[in-house]
Amino acid sequence: MAIIESHGLAREFRMRKQVVRAVDGLDFQVEAGEIVGFLGPNGAGKTTTLRMLTTLLRPTSGTARIAGLDLLADPDKVRRQIGLVAQTGGTDMNCLVGEEIMLQGGLYGLDKARCRERTAFLLDRLDLGGLAGRRVGTLSGGQRRRLDIAIGVMHEPRVLFLDEPSAGLDPQSRQNLWEHLRWLRQETGTTVFLTTHYLDEADALCDRILVIDHGRIVAEDTPEGLKQQISGDVVTVVLEGDPEIARPLLAGLPGVRDVTALGATTLRLTTDHSDQTVVDLITTLRDAGISVAGLELTRPSLEDVFLTLTGSSLRDGSG
Amino acid sequence: MSLVRETRLIFRRYLMLSLREPGWVVAGLSQPIVFLILYGPLMTRMISSPQTSSAQAWQIYVPGVLVQLGLFGAAFVGFTIIAEWRAGIFDRLRVTPASRLALLLGRVLRDVLVLTVQAVILVLVAIPFGLRTSIAGVLVAMAIVAVMASSLSALSYTLGLALKSEAALGPMLNSLTMPLILLSGVLLPMSFAPAWLDLMSRFTPFRYVVDAIRDAFLGRFGSGQMLQGAAVTVGFAVLSMALAVHTFRRQSA
Repeated sequence: MAIIESHGLAREFRMRKQVVRAVDGLDFQVEAGEIVGFLGPNGAGKTTTLRMLTTLLRPTSGTARIAGLDLLADPDKVRRQIGLVAQTGGTDMNCLVGEEIMLQGGLYGLDKARCRERTAFLLDRLDLGGLAGRRVGTLSGGQRRRLDIAIGVMHEPRVLFLDEPSAGLDPQSRQNLWEHLRWLRQETGTTVFLTTHYLDEADALCDRILVIDHGRIVAEDTPEGLKQQISGDVVTVVLEGDPEIARPLLAGLPGVRDVTALGATTLRLTTDHSDQTVVDLITTLRDAGISVAGLELTRPSLEDVFLTLTGSSLRDGSG
Repeated sequence: MSLVRETRLIFRRYLMLSLREPGWVVAGLSQPIVFLILYGPLMTRMISSPQTSSAQAWQIYVPGVLVQLGLFGAAFVGFTIIAEWRAGIFDRLRVTPASRLALLLGRVLRDVLVLTVQAVILVLVAIPFGLRTSIAGVLVAMAIVAVMASSLSALSYTLGLALKSEAALGPMLNSLTMPLILLSGVLLPMSFAPAWLDLMSRFTPFRYVVDAIRDAFLGRFGSGQMLQGAAVTVGFAVLSMALAVHTFRRQSA
């Protein structure tokens, strides 16, 4: 069942006299229990989309349904189904950790006993045990992020939205965060929808990636699928002999998209199925009497994918 | 009722935050006292005349300080909401199904409580200086101050959310509060003013608030000024609150 269905979701902003279309008609679905990454460079429209999906910003046109409820028609009912971890967090430095979690439970209508029970459970589960009485301002970056998650899932939402959850975290805290998000999905079946401009994060954590650029979805697939779909694998082969004889032979192999010559003895093949291609290549060249001096196989990174799709590097201006 | 429950939750959160900031509490409480001690003797001597006794001078001066306290205290709370908006706290509260009115009222009631406590201390400190009034007078005056504070605090949050910049809010509030204070007759009663200035002041709400508090201290509970003042104070609060709720509710805020 699709838990998020977006239909032509769009948002314009007026900047002086210009109308900027920050989000330009998004159509996508997220299935219940998926971890989906919304990947794009800064300014691509990720946060704007997230704010629309969480009822904080009204779309200029289009709408979305969350757990079957329309964003525009039933914002209050949608709010009960979702949790949000904003990029800036949303906790007050001067509040106590326990207070902040309890308050959120209260605002969702949980009674005191249930609030206490959930708070104790989440503190323990998110490795925040013993910190209930501490001021938020004294927590480490990783602890604060886990507190944000505790607040976001206090009312057991069906979908948790996270905006750049690992921004500003050290590598160890990021790994730890990913583990907690995986736990959340596994234990509670919560659907996780997160924005990120970290390719490794999308790769390691997400079942599926939506690539967004200039307010539009430019690609949508599993991390593996994206890598295959866009770039293919690259096989570089060094030959003893004339590559111009080998070139048409290799170009005809199944799955090979193109063959280019690099220098006097080297050919570069782009292929959909590198494993198969390597086997075919060796057989074909041996049958043709051409010996192979070297062979290298490179799988594309999501960075390559992103470059191909958007023409810009994700690291541009990332903060 | 969920509105009451949610309002109480928000009120308690902000009250705890106020109490946890001891420097702020002390500064907030000492400010009105400084006004009385360092400025009161000067002002009341100026007001005093063969027709006006010293006690009457304090009855004229203290209401002015109360309104000034409200303008400087409650009117500047908008700064806190900008900081909260930037830290994501505002969105975190707004993403819950809690009533937008509760999110506003909880804060406003905290501001009202803080200002009322300051006002009570101010009146108590003014008594040894020579302020003479009745318990009923003080209670009515406090009620007016509380309702006025709720309007100012709601308006200040509205402005803060509309501007979303401390650098813009500061000058804006200064340029609004300064003429309002001068025109309200806070420092000297407007009956001393030339006709045109007196007329101008009648277009500002605080003129009526100050006059009503002065009548409350004098025990004139049924006077025309008192009724006018009460009506203006309540009307102003309703308008301010409606505007603020609209801003809190607006999806693009």
